[in-house]
Amino acid sequence: MKKLLSIFAVTVFAFSANAGTLDDVKNRGFLKCGVTTGLAGFAAPDDSGEWAGLDADMCRAVAVAVFGDRSKVEFITTTGKSRFPTLASGEVDMLARNTTWTISRDVNLGFEFVGVNFYDGQGFMIPSSLGVSSATELDGATVCIQTGTTTELNLADFFRLNGISYEALPIETNDEGKENLFAGRCDVYTTDASGLSSTRAAAADPGKWLVLPEIISKEPLGPLVRHGDHQWGDVVRWSLNAMIIAEELGVSSENVDAQKSSNVPEVLRLLGVEGSYGEMLELAPDWAYQIIKQIGNYSESYEANVGPDTPLEIARGLNALWTQGGILYAPPFR
Amino acid sequence: MNDITESRKPPVATTGILGWLRMNLFSTWVNSLISLFVLYILFQFIPWILNWTIFAADFKYNFNGEEIVNREMCSRVLDPENGGACWAIIYVRFYQFMYGFYPREEVWRVNLSYLMLAVAVVPLLFDNFPFRKHFLKFTYIFPVIAFFLLNGGLGLESVSTNKWGGLLVTLVLGCTGIALAFPLGIILALGRRSNLPVISMMCTLFIEFIRGVPLITLLFFGMVMLPLFLPEGIDMDGLARVLVAVTLFQSAYMAEVIRGGLQAIPQGQYEAARSIGLSYWQMNLKVVLPQAIRISIPSIVNTSIGLFKDTTLVIIVGLLDLLGIGRGALADTTWLGLAYEVYFFVSLVFFIFTFAMSRYSLYLEKKLKTGINMGAD
Repeated sequence: MKKLLSIFAVTVFAFSANAGTLDDVKNRGFLKCGVTTGLAGFAAPDDSGEWAGLDADMCRAVAVAVFGDRSKVEFITTTGKSRFPTLASGEVDMLARNTTWTISRDVNLGFEFVGVNFYDGQGFMIPSSLGVSSATELDGATVCIQTGTTTELNLADFFRLNGISYEALPIETNDEGKENLFAGRCDVYTTDASGLSSTRAAAADPGKWLVLPEIISKEPLGPLVRHGDHQWGDVVRWSLNAMIIAEELGVSSENVDAQKSSNVPEVLRLLGVEGSYGEMLELAPDWAYQIIKQIGNYSESYEANVGPDTPLEIARGLNALWTQGGILYAPPFR
Repeated sequence: MNDITESRKPPVATTGILGWLRMNLFSTWVNSLISLFVLYILFQFIPWILNWTIFAADFKYNFNGEEIVNREMCSRVLDPENGGACWAIIYVRFYQFMYGFYPREEVWRVNLSYLMLAVAVVPLLFDNFPFRKHFLKFTYIFPVIAFFLLNGGLGLESVSTNKWGGLLVTLVLGCTGIALAFPLGIILALGRRSNLPVISMMCTLFIEFIRGVPLITLLFFGMVMLPLFLPEGIDMDGLARVLVAVTLFQSAYMAEVIRGGLQAIPQGQYEAARSIGLSYWQMNLKVVLPQAIRISIPSIVNTSIGLFKDTTLVIIVGLLDLLGIGRGALADTTWLGLAYEVYFFVSLVFFIFTFAMSRYSLYLEKKLKTGINMGAD
């Protein structure tokens, strides 16, 4: 065993997992970011092997904040089961892996959710031929449901609350749910709304399928870091906030250079023309400028990865700015 | 004296194609029924499969002659009635399927390793290979060369195993697992049959523990718990941890297979070897093991094929092997919904490797005549 280890283990020296992540990242020269093994719109390798998606952009934004270079990031694939141990052991510096922010994960697992980059929720998808327009009309329906997930419990609660019954068809994976629904073995497929959108986009004829308006659970997805390293948490939190604030202020990757001579004080603070916010975070003065320049604001990232013009066609909905009917809200940049 | 009777030909119905058909497919009425049923199924499916996978399929261009860059351009999306498979997803992502995210400018290192793997393995497999002795020397040092080539070091730029993927990861896991588990398995099998109680007990405990838990559990153990046992400040590479888990798993199974072979060797062989003064190791290496391994070949190949396929489980711990890369491709919004093509391709690659392994085992069995009574030859 010893011999085995010494021959095949590639040993590198890791620094202590808890303190000074920012310094570790700077010393290492690149960010290690945990993403999914592939989820449409959030993180998936494109044809050239580059990771793309809303979560991948989040990772890149943090890399830009620290290094001013969007390529200084190494994506580490994690599954639903391996993500938390991977973060806890220090193998990744942060997770941007469509992870729902819950009290037990935040408190009991010892992580720190730094914000929300996508407000998701459990929804229902049906064939439009079913002639149903609301989930409350689904009495007696056969529902495809992933076993052992919170969606299963949410489903039971929803149907009991509305006094209607259903028959569950247990499935293991998203693919299985998709095949069962398309083959007509179940009337309804329920999972997170973003997952339903990708299922619908993969159908032979997306127009034949309908996502019902009811969202029956709160699934705020966001990046997280290890508990106790507040300096690093701040870097990740404000990288996300900078993208949201940029959208709010109308600063985009296209006009960011022109905006440097804006007369709006918050824009000048955001772009590092005034104030010393970069210094406070131990980052370059123009860290937020670089994020907007190289990645874009939140809206640009959203539209490119999951928005109405992509095959996923997810409307902004809850993810619109608070000024535009959504709940996306970042604390002021001052 | 001249009227030698001409030898009569055998009846027509027992020779040629007709005879073969009668012997093999239509010997009884039950067999005839089964044969007809199978022929009907083949007749139904083979044209359809050929049409879907080849004749109506898109490779690089769709039926309009445009180069396919996303799913909307696939013939089977444009025309669901007539379009066949859309292999463009494989074509465009072939690099990823073969090498994962290995940097393109460094990929010659992987190709060279594949080539050297062939040079190292082929002479090992066929004992009539010319200059076999010299090639075998290379086989012994190949793992070291491959390690530095793929991983970097000795002047080569380091490529983190996070960037490895696709067939590369599948082959690294499969080959290393099988190659390391074989000697470990032999040692464990001998240990379990040892007369020394401590050794025998330890080997039995190890084998029974590993066989008692699923591979997924071991992978998690390797991924999550192994780092906790390592000294502070030492971080073991993710792929290496999985390799340890896979090797331990395979060696326990291999040990039991070889032990089965050892049990089949008559006691007389041991006694004869002892009586001419051979030591324990001489007896095992020169008399017992060659016979035991020979009769275990089918089972050894069986467990090896099993392991090769089990390597797909590593996706659970976040490594993207061939299947993982395929699932990643399906998650790209450009290609959503082309699951049949991806899974077909992945299974085809696995089939090629496992089928080659099983044919080789048949060849070996024929050559070594494992069916013959052991004591006699």
